[in-house]
Amino acid sequence: MSAHHSPIPKVRTLVSVWIALLVLTVTTTSVSYLELGEFNVIVALLIAVTKASLVAWVFMGVRYTTSLTKLFVVAGLVWLSILLAITYADYSSRHWTYQAQPWSNTKAGGG
Amino acid sequence: MDASMLGMWTFLITEVLFFGGMFAAYAVYRAMYPGAFESTSEYMDVVLGGTNTAVLICSSLTMVLAVRAAQLSRRNELIRYLLLTMVFGSVFLVIKGFEYHSKWVEHLVPGFNFQYKPEYYAHNAQILFFLYFCMTGMHALHMIVGLGLLTYLVIQAYRRVFNANYFSPVEMIGLYWHFVDVVWIFLFPLLYLIGHRK
Repeated sequence: MSAHHSPIPKVRTLVSVWIALLVLTVTTTSVSYLELGEFNVIVALLIAVTKASLVAWVFMGVRYTTSLTKLFVVAGLVWLSILLAITYADYSSRHWTYQAQPWSNTKAGGG
Repeated sequence: MDASMLGMWTFLITEVLFFGGMFAAYAVYRAMYPGAFESTSEYMDVVLGGTNTAVLICSSLTMVLAVRAAQLSRRNELIRYLLLTMVFGSVFLVIKGFEYHSKWVEHLVPGFNFQYKPEYYAHNAQILFFLYFCMTGMHALHMIVGLGLLTYLVIQAYRRVFNANYFSPVEMIGLYWHFVDVVWIFLFPLLYLIGHRK
């Protein structure tokens, strides 16, 4: 196997990311005690996505990988979002009731 | 190097979708029973969960430092960081074990004489505890597999297999280890931090 092309990461960079991850963990825990309504879950997920991105970008070395590997990573996330979005859209809209509109053809018995 | 990297990422994407199914189930049931799900936070140990999050983050740092040591052909440093990663991984599993034990004692294991207060949430809260054991259980299983892989790396490193020209196994298993950390980064807020504000 040939020598690795990717540069050796600086310890300072790795330690900075580690501190950032710990700070974000404390932040997400503290914020969970505040009453923010809908924003509680949004903030929690935004912080989790930030932490996951830091781990992937620096610790997992995505920043050093080839464009093809980056494309695979993004493709994986696209499939994940399809899985989550369509499942959630289905279940969250099931209780919606059908309401006849002036333009709907009720005689055809569609809805 | 590029081929093994691409292959490892492809495997990790299948893992993302594997855990993704459980996260989708979580999203659906949480939207259906928000009150019951938020009420479970009273039974989750935030201190232990938060400690475990920090422990895994530390293990990710030591793992990436192990890869760096391999890149620099520093054998002793590599072994030291791999062992340190295993220590953090084991601490995580021990803490998780204590948590599972208290869930068992408090009758919060779904199916086995499940008891819950307030009682009108019992049925739907049981769904969350079912998801809790599925998701953290699968995660813990991945940790155990990771500890096995790290043991293999320590043995290979001891035998002087790795150097600046050959260290892909260290890097690939490192990717796996970080992925398991990322799963926990999402599990922690979703399972431990949902209902504190109440």
